[in-house]
Amino acid sequence: MQHEVYITPEMVMVDGKALNHKEKDAALLTELYRAHIGDYPKFFKMDTLCKLGFVASELLLQAEGAPRFEPREDRAVVFFNRNASLQADTVYQATIQDPDNFYPSPAAFVYTLPNIVTGEIAIRNKYFGETSFIVMDEKDEKIMARELQNAFQDPMMKSILGGWLDCTDENHFEAKLSLIFKS
Amino acid sequence: MIVKVSDNIISPLGMSTAENYAAVKAGRSELKRHDGLWNLPEPFTASLMDRNKVEQAFAELADNERYTFFEKMIILSAKKALAQTDIDPTSDKVLFILSTTKGNVFLLDKRKTGFPAERVRLGLAAKQMTDFFHNHNTPIVLSNACISGVCAQIQAMRELASGHFDYVVTVGADVQSAFIVSGFQSFKALSVEPCKPFDANRCGLNLGDAAATIIYTRKEKVDETDWVACRGAIRNDANHISGPSRTGEGSYRALRAVLGDMNPDQIAFINAHGTATPYNDEMESVAIERAGLSQVPVNGLKGYYGHTMGAAGILETILSMQAIDDHNILATKGFETIGVTHPLVLSNQNQPTEKRAFIKLLSGFGGCNAALLMKKGGAA
Repeated sequence: MQHEVYITPEMVMVDGKALNHKEKDAALLTELYRAHIGDYPKFFKMDTLCKLGFVASELLLQAEGAPRFEPREDRAVVFFNRNASLQADTVYQATIQDPDNFYPSPAAFVYTLPNIVTGEIAIRNKYFGETSFIVMDEKDEKIMARELQNAFQDPMMKSILGGWLDCTDENHFEAKLSLIFKS
Repeated sequence: MIVKVSDNIISPLGMSTAENYAAVKAGRSELKRHDGLWNLPEPFTASLMDRNKVEQAFAELADNERYTFFEKMIILSAKKALAQTDIDPTSDKVLFILSTTKGNVFLLDKRKTGFPAERVRLGLAAKQMTDFFHNHNTPIVLSNACISGVCAQIQAMRELASGHFDYVVTVGADVQSAFIVSGFQSFKALSVEPCKPFDANRCGLNLGDAAATIIYTRKEKVDETDWVACRGAIRNDANHISGPSRTGEGSYRALRAVLGDMNPDQIAFINAHGTATPYNDEMESVAIERAGLSQVPVNGLKGYYGHTMGAAGILETILSMQAIDDHNILATKGFETIGVTHPLVLSNQNQPTEKRAFIKLLSGFGGCNAALLMKKGGAA
Protein backbone atom coordinates (compact mmCIF):
# COMPACT_ATOMS: atom_id res chain seq x y z
CA MET A 1 0.00 0.00 0.00
CA GLN A 2 0.97 3.63 -0.45
CA HIS A 3 2.00 5.18 2.87
CA GLU A 4 1.34 8.85 3.54
CA VAL A 5 1.76 11.26 6.44
CA TYR A 6 -0.02 14.60 6.66
CA ILE A 7 0.77 17.12 9.42
CA THR A 8 -0.63 20.60 10.03
CA PRO A 9 -0.52 22.65 13.28
CA GLU A 10 -3.88 21.06 14.29
CA MET A 11 -3.92 17.64 12.68
CA VAL A 12 -1.84 14.51 12.13
CA MET A 13 -2.90 11.83 9.66
CA VAL A 14 -1.02 8.60 9.00
CA ASP A 15 -2.25 6.52 6.07
CA GLY A 16 -5.54 8.43 6.17
CA LYS A 17 -6.21 7.82 9.88
CA ALA A 18 -6.06 10.61 12.44
CA LEU A 19 -3.35 10.21 15.08
CA ASN A 20 -4.27 11.21 18.65
CA HIS A 21 -2.52 14.21 20.15
CA LYS A 22 -3.15 16.92 22.77
CA GLU A 23 -0.92 19.77 21.58
CA LYS A 24 -1.03 22.01 18.54
CA ASP A 25 1.36 24.40 16.74
CA ALA A 26 5.06 24.16 17.67
CA ALA A 27 4.26 22.02 20.72
CA LEU A 28 2.62 19.44 18.46
CA LEU A 29 5.94 18.54 16.83
CA THR A 30 7.60 18.12 20.23
CA GLU A 31 4.70 15.96 21.43
CA LEU A 32 4.96 13.75 18.34
CA TYR A 33 8.70 13.46 18.85
CA ARG A 34 8.31 12.39 22.51
CA ALA A 35 5.39 10.03 21.86
CA HIS A 36 6.67 8.28 18.73
CA ILE A 37 10.46 8.77 18.46
CA GLY A 38 12.29 9.92 21.59
CA ASP A 39 15.80 8.60 20.87
CA TYR A 40 17.25 11.49 18.86
CA PRO A 41 18.02 14.51 21.10
CA LYS A 42 19.44 16.40 18.11
CA PHE A 43 15.76 17.05 17.36
CA PHE A 44 15.76 19.89 19.90
CA LYS A 45 18.52 21.77 18.03
CA MET A 46 16.66 21.71 14.73
CA ASP A 47 14.79 24.56 13.06
CA THR A 48 11.06 24.12 12.38
CA LEU A 49 11.49 22.79 8.83
CA CYS A 50 13.87 20.07 10.04
CA LYS A 51 11.66 19.19 13.04
CA LEU A 52 8.67 18.90 10.76
CA GLY A 53 10.50 16.82 8.15
CA PHE A 54 12.11 14.64 10.79
CA VAL A 55 8.85 13.85 12.61
CA ALA A 56 6.90 13.32 9.37
CA SER A 57 9.56 11.02 7.90
CA GLU A 58 9.76 8.99 11.13
CA LEU A 59 5.98 8.47 11.22
CA LEU A 60 6.06 7.53 7.54
CA LEU A 61 8.84 4.98 7.94
CA GLN A 62 7.18 3.54 11.05
CA ALA A 63 3.99 3.10 9.01
CA GLU A 64 5.96 1.35 6.28
CA GLY A 65 7.35 -1.04 8.89
CA ALA A 66 10.37 -2.11 6.83
CA PRO A 67 13.75 -2.76 8.52
CA ARG A 68 15.49 0.55 9.22
CA PHE A 69 18.93 2.15 9.59
CA GLU A 70 20.64 -0.15 7.07
CA PRO A 71 22.99 1.90 4.84
CA ARG A 72 21.47 2.23 1.36
CA GLU A 73 22.05 4.27 -1.79
CA ASP A 74 18.81 3.41 -3.60
CA ARG A 75 16.45 5.77 -1.76
CA ALA A 76 16.17 9.46 -2.62
CA VAL A 77 14.80 12.25 -0.39
CA VAL A 78 13.09 14.94 -2.49
CA PHE A 79 11.05 17.75 -0.92
CA PHE A 80 9.13 20.73 -2.27
CA ASN A 81 7.91 23.94 -0.71
CA ARG A 82 7.05 27.58 -1.17
CA ASN A 83 9.01 29.32 1.57
CA ALA A 84 12.43 27.61 1.42
CA SER A 85 14.09 28.20 4.82
CA LEU A 86 12.17 31.38 5.67
CA GLN A 87 11.63 30.50 9.36
CA ALA A 88 15.36 29.86 9.92
CA ASP A 89 16.27 32.89 7.81
CA THR A 90 14.11 35.09 10.04
CA VAL A 91 15.69 33.66 13.19
CA TYR A 92 19.20 34.28 11.81
CA GLN A 93 18.33 37.80 10.58
CA ALA A 94 17.33 38.72 14.14
CA THR A 95 20.90 37.94 15.27
CA ILE A 96 22.37 40.53 12.88
CA GLN A 97 19.57 43.11 12.63
CA ASP A 98 20.78 45.40 15.43
CA PRO A 99 24.33 46.77 14.97
CA ASP A 100 24.53 47.36 18.75
CA ASN A 101 23.52 43.78 19.49
CA PHE A 102 25.24 41.92 16.67
CA TYR A 103 25.75 38.26 17.46
CA PRO A 104 25.61 36.17 14.23
CA SER A 105 24.93 32.61 15.32
CA PRO A 106 26.46 29.66 13.45
CA ALA A 107 23.87 27.36 15.07
CA ALA A 108 21.12 29.48 13.47
CA PHE A 109 22.95 30.09 10.16
CA VAL A 110 23.39 26.40 9.38
CA TYR A 111 19.61 25.99 9.03
CA THR A 112 19.25 28.87 6.53
CA LEU A 113 19.17 26.39 3.63
CA PRO A 114 16.06 24.34 2.85
CA ASN A 115 18.00 21.20 1.93
CA ILE A 116 19.40 20.79 5.46
CA VAL A 117 16.30 18.73 6.32
CA THR A 118 17.10 16.28 3.52
CA GLY A 119 20.54 15.86 5.09
CA GLU A 120 19.06 15.32 8.57
CA ILE A 121 16.87 12.51 7.22
CA ALA A 122 19.78 11.01 5.26
CA ILE A 123 21.91 11.00 8.42
CA ARG A 124 19.19 9.47 10.59
CA ASN A 125 18.46 6.70 8.09
CA LYS A 126 21.93 6.20 6.51
CA TYR A 127 20.61 7.15 3.07
CA PHE A 128 23.47 7.79 0.63
CA GLY A 129 21.10 8.35 -2.31
CA GLU A 130 20.00 11.58 -3.97
CA THR A 131 18.79 14.40 -1.72
CA SER A 132 17.13 17.46 -3.23
CA PHE A 133 14.94 20.44 -2.38
CA ILE A 134 12.80 22.19 -4.99
CA VAL A 135 11.08 25.52 -4.37
CA MET A 136 8.05 26.71 -6.34
CA ASP A 137 5.76 29.61 -5.61
CA GLU A 138 2.50 27.65 -5.75
CA LYS A 139 1.90 24.12 -4.54
CA ASP A 140 1.36 22.23 -7.79
CA GLU A 141 0.72 18.47 -7.47
CA LYS A 142 1.29 17.89 -11.19
CA ILE A 143 4.74 19.48 -11.11
CA MET A 144 5.65 17.57 -7.96
CA ALA A 145 4.59 14.26 -9.56
CA ARG A 146 6.64 15.14 -12.66
CA GLU A 147 9.76 15.95 -10.65
CA LEU A 148 9.45 12.82 -8.48
CA GLN A 149 9.22 10.63 -11.59
CA ASN A 150 12.20 12.52 -13.05
CA ALA A 151 14.28 11.53 -10.00
CA PHE A 152 13.95 7.86 -11.07
CA GLN A 153 16.04 8.72 -14.15
CA ASP A 154 18.98 8.13 -11.83
CA PRO A 155 19.26 4.36 -12.38
CA MET A 156 20.31 3.74 -8.78
CA MET A 157 17.13 5.21 -7.22
CA LYS A 158 14.44 2.61 -6.46
CA SER A 159 12.29 4.63 -4.05
CA ILE A 160 11.76 8.22 -2.92
CA LEU A 161 10.78 9.63 0.45
CA GLY A 162 9.24 12.82 -0.82
CA GLY A 163 6.53 15.43 -0.87
CA TRP A 164 5.52 18.85 0.40
CA LEU A 165 7.29 20.32 3.43
CA ASP A 166 6.69 23.98 4.18
CA CYS A 167 6.70 26.39 7.09
CA THR A 168 6.62 30.16 7.52
CA ASP A 169 7.26 30.27 11.29
CA GLU A 170 7.36 27.80 14.17
CA ASN A 171 3.56 27.65 14.43
CA HIS A 172 2.63 27.54 10.74
CA PHE A 173 3.60 24.45 8.78
CA GLU A 174 2.37 21.71 6.49
CA ALA A 175 3.90 18.34 5.66
CA LYS A 176 2.51 15.81 3.21
CA LEU A 177 5.04 13.07 2.63
CA SER A 178 4.82 9.67 1.03
CA LEU A 179 7.02 6.80 -0.11
CA ILE A 180 7.08 6.39 -3.87
CA PHE A 181 8.48 3.24 -5.49
CA LYS A 182 9.89 2.95 -8.99
CA SER A 183 7.29 1.35 -11.25
CA MET B 1 21.16 13.32 -26.11
CA ILE B 2 21.15 16.51 -24.07
CA VAL B 3 23.31 19.25 -25.56
CA LYS B 4 24.20 22.85 -24.76
CA VAL B 5 22.63 25.50 -26.99
CA SER B 6 24.23 28.64 -25.53
CA ASP B 7 25.55 30.13 -22.31
CA ASN B 8 26.41 33.34 -20.48
CA ILE B 9 28.31 34.46 -17.40
CA ILE B 10 27.80 37.80 -15.64
CA SER B 11 30.45 38.40 -13.00
CA PRO B 12 32.91 41.06 -11.88
CA LEU B 13 35.20 39.68 -14.62
CA GLY B 14 32.78 40.44 -17.44
CA MET B 15 29.27 40.38 -18.86
CA SER B 16 29.76 37.51 -21.34
CA THR B 17 31.23 34.01 -21.35
CA ALA B 18 34.03 35.13 -23.69
CA GLU B 19 35.06 38.04 -21.43
CA ASN B 20 35.02 35.80 -18.39
CA TYR B 21 37.05 33.03 -20.01
CA ALA B 22 39.65 35.49 -21.34
CA ALA B 23 40.00 37.07 -17.88
CA VAL B 24 40.39 33.71 -16.12
CA LYS B 25 42.85 32.45 -18.70
CA ALA B 26 44.90 35.60 -18.10
CA GLY B 27 44.82 34.93 -14.35
CA ARG B 28 42.66 37.91 -13.38
CA SER B 29 40.49 38.11 -10.30
CA GLU B 30 38.30 40.77 -8.71
CA LEU B 31 38.68 39.37 -5.20
CA LYS B 32 39.18 42.45 -3.01
CA ARG B 33 39.24 43.15 0.68
CA HIS B 34 36.24 45.11 2.01
CA ASP B 35 36.41 46.97 5.32
CA GLY B 36 33.16 48.18 6.87
CA LEU B 37 30.99 47.31 3.86
CA TRP B 38 27.31 46.74 4.79
CA ASN B 39 28.24 47.85 8.34
CA LEU B 40 29.88 44.49 8.99
CA PRO B 41 32.29 44.76 11.92
CA GLU B 42 34.90 42.43 10.40
CA PRO B 43 36.64 42.86 7.02
CA PHE B 44 36.15 40.24 4.31
CA THR B 45 37.48 39.47 0.84
CA ALA B 46 34.93 39.00 -1.92
CA SER B 47 34.43 39.33 -5.67
CA LEU B 48 31.58 41.86 -5.93
CA MET B 49 29.75 43.25 -8.96
CA ASP B 50 29.85 46.92 -9.83
CA ARG B 51 26.12 47.48 -9.32
CA ASN B 52 26.12 50.59 -11.55
CA LYS B 53 27.39 48.49 -14.43
CA VAL B 54 24.51 46.04 -13.95
CA GLU B 55 22.00 48.91 -13.82
CA GLN B 56 23.41 50.42 -17.02
CA ALA B 57 23.14 47.12 -18.85
CA PHE B 58 19.67 46.46 -17.43
CA ALA B 59 18.37 49.89 -18.43
CA GLU B 60 18.36 48.65 -22.04
CA LEU B 61 15.95 45.86 -21.04
CA ALA B 62 13.53 47.26 -18.48
CA ASP B 63 12.90 49.67 -15.65
CA ASN B 64 15.63 49.31 -13.01
CA GLU B 65 13.24 50.32 -10.21
CA ARG B 66 11.00 47.28 -10.67
CA TYR B 67 13.62 44.62 -10.04
CA THR B 68 16.04 43.82 -7.25
CA PHE B 69 19.77 43.49 -7.97
CA PHE B 70 19.42 39.70 -7.80
CA GLU B 71 16.52 39.71 -10.27
CA LYS B 72 18.42 41.98 -12.67
CA MET B 73 21.34 39.57 -12.60
CA ILE B 74 19.23 36.51 -13.49
CA ILE B 75 17.21 38.33 -16.16
CA LEU B 76 20.34 39.81 -17.77
CA SER B 77 22.14 36.49 -17.85
CA ALA B 78 19.14 34.59 -19.27
CA LYS B 79 18.57 37.36 -21.82
CA LYS B 80 22.18 37.26 -23.02
CA ALA B 81 22.07 33.44 -23.36
CA LEU B 82 18.71 33.56 -25.19
CA ALA B 83 19.91 36.35 -27.52
CA GLN B 84 22.41 33.91 -29.07
CA THR B 85 19.58 31.57 -30.11
CA ASP B 86 16.31 31.66 -32.03
CA ILE B 87 14.38 30.16 -29.08
CA ASP B 88 10.97 31.67 -28.40
CA PRO B 89 10.99 32.05 -24.58
CA THR B 90 7.19 32.44 -24.51
CA SER B 91 6.73 28.84 -25.75
CA ASP B 92 5.15 26.20 -23.48
CA LYS B 93 8.05 23.97 -24.48
CA VAL B 94 10.58 26.24 -22.74
CA LEU B 95 11.17 25.79 -18.99
CA PHE B 96 13.19 28.09 -16.73
CA ILE B 97 15.10 26.51 -13.85
CA LEU B 98 16.76 28.72 -11.24
CA SER B 99 19.62 27.63 -9.01
CA THR B 100 20.01 29.83 -5.94
CA THR B 101 20.59 29.52 -2.22
CA LYS B 102 19.56 32.92 -0.88
CA GLY B 103 17.93 34.89 -3.73
CA ASN B 104 16.58 38.18 -2.35
CA VAL B 105 17.41 37.38 1.30
CA PHE B 106 18.53 40.99 1.87
CA LEU B 107 14.81 41.91 1.90
CA LEU B 108 14.58 40.40 5.41
CA ASP B 109 16.56 43.40 6.64
CA LYS B 110 13.83 45.69 7.92
CA ARG B 111 15.95 48.76 7.18
CA LYS B 112 15.77 48.04 3.44
CA THR B 113 12.73 49.32 1.58
CA GLY B 114 11.44 49.64 -1.92
CA PHE B 115 10.41 46.05 -2.63
CA PRO B 116 7.61 43.88 -1.25
CA ALA B 117 8.94 41.59 1.50
CA GLU B 118 7.32 38.60 -0.24
CA ARG B 119 9.96 38.80 -2.99
CA VAL B 120 12.22 37.01 -0.51
CA ARG B 121 10.40 33.86 -1.69
CA LEU B 122 12.68 32.17 -4.22
CA GLY B 123 9.80 31.09 -6.46
CA LEU B 124 8.51 34.65 -6.65
CA ALA B 125 11.98 35.98 -7.52
CA ALA B 126 12.17 33.34 -10.27
CA LYS B 127 8.71 34.41 -11.46
CA GLN B 128 10.00 37.96 -12.03
CA MET B 129 12.30 36.39 -14.62
CA THR B 130 9.66 34.20 -16.33
CA ASP B 131 7.20 37.11 -16.34
CA PHE B 132 9.86 39.27 -17.98
CA PHE B 133 10.16 36.69 -20.78
CA HIS B 134 6.36 36.07 -20.89
CA ASN B 135 6.93 32.39 -20.14
CA HIS B 136 3.93 30.75 -18.47
CA ASN B 137 5.53 27.59 -17.08
CA THR B 138 6.07 27.60 -13.32
CA PRO B 139 9.80 28.13 -12.79
CA ILE B 140 11.51 25.41 -10.75
CA VAL B 141 14.03 26.59 -8.12
CA LEU B 142 16.75 24.18 -7.03
CA SER B 143 17.98 25.19 -3.59
CA ASN B 144 20.47 22.57 -2.48
CA ALA B 145 23.14 24.75 -0.89
CA CYS B 146 26.43 24.91 -2.81
CA ILE B 147 25.56 22.05 -5.21
CA SER B 148 22.46 23.81 -6.58
CA GLY B 149 24.09 24.73 -9.90
CA VAL B 150 24.84 21.11 -10.79
CA CYS B 151 21.43 19.97 -9.46
CA ALA B 152 19.76 22.50 -11.76
CA GLN B 153 21.63 21.10 -14.77
CA ILE B 154 20.72 17.52 -13.80
CA GLN B 155 17.11 18.66 -13.47
CA ALA B 156 17.31 20.26 -16.92
CA MET B 157 18.66 17.00 -18.40
CA ARG B 158 15.76 15.06 -16.87
CA GLU B 159 13.07 17.50 -18.02
CA LEU B 160 14.41 17.21 -21.57
CA ALA B 161 14.95 13.42 -21.50
CA SER B 162 11.38 12.85 -20.31
CA GLY B 163 10.13 14.92 -23.25
CA HIS B 164 8.24 17.46 -21.17
CA PHE B 165 10.17 20.39 -22.62
CA ASP B 166 12.30 21.16 -25.70
CA TYR B 167 14.51 23.81 -24.12
CA VAL B 168 15.53 24.44 -20.52
CA VAL B 169 17.02 27.82 -19.57
CA THR B 170 19.16 26.95 -16.54
CA VAL B 171 20.12 30.05 -14.58
CA GLY B 172 22.25 30.09 -11.43
CA ALA B 173 22.86 33.15 -9.26
CA ASP B 174 23.53 34.51 -5.82
CA VAL B 175 24.41 38.01 -4.70
CA GLN B 176 26.27 38.73 -1.50
CA SER B 177 24.82 40.56 1.48
CA ALA B 178 25.39 41.11 5.21
CA PHE B 179 23.25 38.02 5.83
CA ILE B 180 25.50 35.64 3.90
CA VAL B 181 28.87 37.18 4.77
CA SER B 182 28.15 37.39 8.52
CA GLY B 183 26.88 33.80 8.49
CA PHE B 184 30.03 32.41 6.91
CA GLN B 185 32.10 34.61 9.24
CA SER B 186 30.26 33.13 12.23
CA PHE B 187 31.27 29.71 10.91
CA LYS B 188 34.92 30.87 10.74
CA ALA B 189 34.81 29.69 7.12
CA LEU B 190 36.07 32.88 5.44
CA SER B 191 39.64 33.81 4.61
CA VAL B 192 40.48 37.52 4.88
CA GLU B 193 43.10 36.94 2.16
CA PRO B 194 42.40 35.69 -1.39
CA CYS B 195 41.63 31.96 -1.06
CA LYS B 196 44.17 29.21 -1.76
CA PRO B 197 42.37 26.08 -3.02
CA PHE B 198 44.10 22.78 -2.13
CA ASP B 199 47.10 24.70 -0.78
CA ALA B 200 49.01 23.80 2.38
CA ASN B 201 48.28 27.29 3.75
CA ARG B 202 44.61 27.50 2.79
CA CYS B 203 42.51 29.01 5.53
CA GLY B 204 39.01 29.48 4.19
CA LEU B 205 36.84 30.63 1.36
CA ASN B 206 35.90 33.96 -0.25
CA LEU B 207 32.41 34.81 -1.46
CA GLY B 208 31.36 36.25 -4.81
CA ASP B 209 28.48 37.68 -6.86
CA ALA B 210 27.65 36.04 -10.19
CA ALA B 211 24.89 34.87 -12.48
CA ALA B 212 25.39 32.22 -15.14
CA THR B 213 23.10 30.54 -17.66
CA ILE B 214 23.26 27.41 -19.81
CA ILE B 215 20.44 26.60 -22.22
CA TYR B 216 20.05 22.88 -22.94
CA THR B 217 18.06 21.01 -25.55
CA ARG B 218 17.61 17.44 -26.89
CA LYS B 219 19.38 16.38 -30.06
CA GLU B 220 19.25 13.06 -31.95
CA LYS B 221 22.53 13.32 -33.81
CA VAL B 222 25.41 15.02 -32.06
CA ASP B 223 28.08 16.99 -33.94
CA GLU B 224 31.77 16.99 -33.07
CA THR B 225 31.47 20.53 -31.68
CA ASP B 226 28.38 19.87 -29.52
CA TRP B 227 28.71 19.81 -25.75
CA VAL B 228 26.84 16.82 -24.35
CA ALA B 229 25.63 16.61 -20.74
CA CYS B 230 26.25 12.87 -20.34
CA ARG B 231 25.42 11.93 -16.75
CA GLY B 232 24.75 13.64 -13.45
CA ALA B 233 24.40 12.27 -9.93
CA ILE B 234 23.53 13.63 -6.50
CA ARG B 235 24.53 11.68 -3.39
CA ASN B 236 24.44 12.38 0.35
CA ASP B 237 27.22 11.78 2.89
CA ALA B 238 24.65 10.72 5.53
CA ASN B 239 27.23 12.03 7.98
CA HIS B 240 26.91 15.66 9.12
CA ILE B 241 24.82 18.71 8.16
CA SER B 242 27.69 21.21 8.10
CA GLY B 243 30.92 19.18 7.88
CA PRO B 244 32.15 17.07 4.97
CA SER B 245 32.51 13.31 5.33
CA ARG B 246 36.01 12.08 6.25
CA THR B 247 35.59 9.29 3.72
CA GLY B 248 34.35 11.66 1.00
CA GLU B 249 31.34 9.36 0.91
CA GLY B 250 28.82 11.33 -1.12
CA SER B 251 31.37 12.84 -3.53
CA TYR B 252 32.94 9.41 -4.07
CA ARG B 253 29.55 7.83 -4.79
CA ALA B 254 28.55 10.70 -7.12
CA LEU B 255 31.85 10.41 -9.00
CA ARG B 256 31.44 6.64 -9.33
CA ALA B 257 27.89 7.06 -10.63
CA VAL B 258 28.79 9.57 -13.38
CA LEU B 259 31.97 7.75 -14.39
CA GLY B 260 30.08 4.56 -15.30
CA ASP B 261 32.33 2.45 -17.50
CA MET B 262 34.18 5.45 -18.94
CA ASN B 263 37.96 5.12 -18.96
CA PRO B 264 39.40 7.85 -16.65
CA ASP B 265 42.08 8.33 -19.31
CA GLN B 266 39.48 10.12 -21.47
CA ILE B 267 38.90 12.81 -18.84
CA ALA B 268 40.82 16.08 -19.28
CA PHE B 269 40.23 17.24 -15.70
CA ILE B 270 37.98 17.25 -12.68
CA ASN B 271 36.80 20.78 -11.95
CA ALA B 272 36.52 20.44 -8.18
CA HIS B 273 34.54 22.48 -5.66
CA GLY B 274 37.88 23.61 -4.13
CA THR B 275 36.47 26.17 -1.70
CA ALA B 276 39.85 26.41 0.09
CA THR B 277 38.42 25.47 3.47
CA PRO B 278 40.65 22.88 5.18
CA TYR B 279 37.91 20.21 5.32
CA ASN B 280 36.32 20.56 1.90
CA ASP B 281 39.50 20.28 -0.14
CA GLU B 282 40.78 17.37 1.95
CA MET B 283 37.45 15.57 1.52
CA GLU B 284 37.57 16.02 -2.24
CA SER B 285 41.07 14.54 -2.39
CA VAL B 286 39.80 11.46 -0.52
CA ALA B 287 36.78 11.09 -2.81
CA ILE B 288 38.84 11.50 -6.01
CA GLU B 289 41.35 8.89 -4.88
CA ARG B 290 38.61 6.45 -3.83
CA ALA B 291 37.00 6.85 -7.25
CA GLY B 292 40.30 5.84 -8.89
CA LEU B 293 40.81 9.27 -10.46
CA SER B 294 44.08 10.32 -8.79
CA GLN B 295 45.83 10.50 -12.14
CA VAL B 296 43.28 12.92 -13.63
CA PRO B 297 44.26 16.61 -13.35
CA VAL B 298 42.17 18.62 -10.88
CA ASN B 299 41.50 22.35 -10.90
CA GLY B 300 39.43 24.83 -8.90
CA LEU B 301 38.20 28.30 -9.92
CA LYS B 302 37.35 29.90 -6.55
CA GLY B 303 40.61 31.92 -6.68
CA TYR B 304 39.12 33.94 -9.57
CA TYR B 305 35.51 34.41 -8.38
CA GLY B 306 35.28 33.32 -4.77
CA HIS B 307 32.39 31.01 -3.98
CA THR B 308 29.43 32.18 -6.06
CA MET B 309 27.05 29.70 -4.36
CA GLY B 310 23.98 29.15 -6.56
CA ALA B 311 25.92 30.32 -9.63
CA ALA B 312 29.04 28.21 -9.00
CA GLY B 313 27.94 24.93 -10.58
CA ILE B 314 26.81 26.63 -13.80
CA LEU B 315 29.60 29.23 -14.00
CA GLU B 316 32.32 26.61 -13.45
CA THR B 317 30.74 24.19 -15.97
CA ILE B 318 30.71 26.94 -18.62
CA LEU B 319 34.37 27.88 -18.02
CA SER B 320 35.37 24.21 -18.14
CA MET B 321 33.65 23.80 -21.54
CA GLN B 322 35.41 26.96 -22.77
CA ALA B 323 38.74 25.61 -21.55
CA ILE B 324 38.36 22.33 -23.44
CA ASP B 325 37.27 24.24 -26.56
CA ASP B 326 40.59 26.08 -26.12
CA HIS B 327 42.54 22.81 -25.43
CA ASN B 328 43.36 24.17 -22.00
CA ILE B 329 43.21 23.10 -18.36
CA LEU B 330 42.72 26.31 -16.38
CA ALA B 331 45.19 27.10 -13.62
CA THR B 332 44.13 26.83 -9.98
CA LYS B 333 44.74 30.43 -8.91
CA GLY B 334 45.99 30.74 -5.33
CA PHE B 335 47.43 27.22 -5.21
CA GLU B 336 51.14 26.84 -4.51
CA THR B 337 51.99 23.77 -2.43
CA ILE B 338 49.85 20.66 -2.20
CA GLY B 339 48.03 20.67 1.12
CA VAL B 340 45.79 17.61 0.98
CA THR B 341 46.84 14.17 2.18
CA HIS B 342 45.76 12.27 -0.94
CA PRO B 343 47.91 13.38 -3.86
CA LEU B 344 46.19 15.24 -6.70
CA VAL B 345 47.50 16.54 -10.03
CA LEU B 346 47.17 20.33 -9.58
CA SER B 347 48.82 23.34 -11.19
CA ASN B 348 48.76 27.11 -10.84
CA GLN B 349 49.61 27.39 -14.56
CA ASN B 350 47.34 26.75 -17.54
CA GLN B 351 48.13 23.33 -19.03
CA PRO B 352 47.49 22.02 -22.55
CA THR B 353 45.06 19.13 -23.15
CA GLU B 354 43.61 17.38 -26.21
CA LYS B 355 40.99 15.46 -24.22
CA ARG B 356 37.32 16.31 -24.62
CA ALA B 357 35.57 15.40 -21.36
CA PHE B 358 35.52 16.73 -17.80
CA ILE B 359 33.72 16.18 -14.51
CA LYS B 360 32.26 19.05 -12.48
CA LEU B 361 32.20 18.18 -8.77
CA LEU B 362 30.46 20.05 -5.94
CA SER B 363 29.61 19.50 -2.29
CA GLY B 364 27.63 21.48 0.25
CA PHE B 365 25.87 21.89 3.58
CA GLY B 366 23.29 19.24 4.26
CA GLY B 367 25.89 16.61 3.31
CA CYS B 368 24.99 16.90 -0.36
CA ASN B 369 27.37 16.21 -3.24
CA ALA B 370 26.91 16.35 -7.00
CA ALA B 371 28.92 15.37 -10.05
CA LEU B 372 28.30 16.02 -13.73
CA LEU B 373 30.10 14.41 -16.68
CA MET B 374 30.32 16.63 -19.76
CA LYS B 375 31.81 15.56 -23.09
CA LYS B 376 32.38 17.34 -26.36
CA GLY B 377 31.10 15.56 -29.45
CA GLY B 378 29.23 12.45 -28.38
CA ALA B 379 28.16 10.43 -25.38
CA ALA B 380 30.55 8.77 -23.00
